[in-house]
Amino acid sequence: MTLQTSTTRQPIQSNFGKAVWAVVQKDLSAELRSRELLSAMLVFSLLVILIFNFALELDIQTRRSVTAGVLWATFAFAGTLGLNRSMAIEKDRGCLDGLLLTPVDRSAIYFGKVISNFAFMLIVEAFILPIYSVLYAINLFQPGLLLVILLGSIGYTAVGTLLSAMSVQTRTRDVMLPILLFPVVIPILIAAVKASGGYLTGAEFSEIAPWLNLLVVYDVIFTSLAFMVFDYVVEE
Amino acid sequence: MIEVKKLVKRFGLKTVLHGLDFTVQPGEFVALLGPNGAGKTTFLRILASLSRPSLGEVTVAGYRLPQQAAAVRARLGVVSHLPLLYGDLTAEENLRFYGRMYNLPALEARLTEVLGMVGLENRRKDLVRTFSRGMQQRLAIGRAVLHDPDVMLFDEPYTGLDQDASSMLDEVLKSVAAEGRTVVMTSHDLARAEDLATRFDILSRGRIAASTTRAELDHTNLLAFYKNSLAA
Repeated sequence: MTLQTSTTRQPIQSNFGKAVWAVVQKDLSAELRSRELLSAMLVFSLLVILIFNFALELDIQTRRSVTAGVLWATFAFAGTLGLNRSMAIEKDRGCLDGLLLTPVDRSAIYFGKVISNFAFMLIVEAFILPIYSVLYAINLFQPGLLLVILLGSIGYTAVGTLLSAMSVQTRTRDVMLPILLFPVVIPILIAAVKASGGYLTGAEFSEIAPWLNLLVVYDVIFTSLAFMVFDYVVEE
Repeated sequence: MIEVKKLVKRFGLKTVLHGLDFTVQPGEFVALLGPNGAGKTTFLRILASLSRPSLGEVTVAGYRLPQQAAAVRARLGVVSHLPLLYGDLTAEENLRFYGRMYNLPALEARLTEVLGMVGLENRRKDLVRTFSRGMQQRLAIGRAVLHDPDVMLFDEPYTGLDQDASSMLDEVLKSVAAEGRTVVMTSHDLARAEDLATRFDILSRGRIAASTTRAELDHTNLLAFYKNSLAA
């Protein structure tokens, strides 16, 4: 038996973009097959909006004012569930070590995980929005609101992926992630709720703009910060 | 091929490796033996660039750690008691994923070659979670040799394997050594280590307590050498 390559050996030159895409594709393929992460996120989200629907028996005007809060509470809780599971899959069979043993820049692993977590969140949001629209009789398919959901989800997954890489190394990883994550994402949740509420109540763009700016600034700062520290977070 | 000088590793207040010196020549097969808690896995994780040394110098394949970690990882293959494989991907999807992370040329041909080498060609489309522990370990070896590394690290590779799977792993390890790769293997199985390695280092309390070569060793007496080294 020989384990050597039959092709002429060439020095390995890692490719950042190819590595990011490989991680994304791997996560999506595995999830497509197991569906354990998405199904948990979807069922949980549905339960949350159903509970809110029956708990708050609201008139149409009050519904508009609480919708932003209910939506973002749902996304935040479901997102935490997904982030936890996504990193636990890497840790359970030692796959995180397998990833870290490849000669790619570790930020490629981070961005790959962020993109796949972001994709999972978008899928859940795409299911939840029409169901919520029917249950609460509110049209959520407004371009401005969709932009807020996009920006909020980017920031949430950028920070969440970094913190899930930290929390997964602890014994109490399931409870550790929300404890670490929620204080850090408070600015993004406040900005997202305010901006979403603004669009739903028909506020002037000048009132919404500061919250949109905060979302963009938060996304840029925290993605850059996570990019810089990910290497240290995953190494002993 | 591997040179370690005065390596210290601390976790908080606990020091696991105490100024460890260790050298491996190209093509050598070193069995790193020692009791639980001696620091074997910690040491291998440092060589694999998964953990940073607190103090000391570590050079693998001519590259320093942690400064040139990516270059080291490109020349390193690691097999541990965990498979480092995704259960929800097939055998070939797992290897393809790692091949893309290594940016290997002619990847599809190499996948077929490696799957054939580890005897899993006919199971290439099956999910890894349906594999037995022995088959997973064979695929783990396939993953580790995919990029044809110069240095291979095996951390307790026999853990959880039945007799057949262990015999198969013996053959793979012999092939790895016969191809001139540098190998460091930790193990509690002295008989297997004696059968495979060309050098035996005993790690105790974070230091190399003793070292001997196959030529120096009385072949009936690795156990005695091991016990004496720990007692000293």
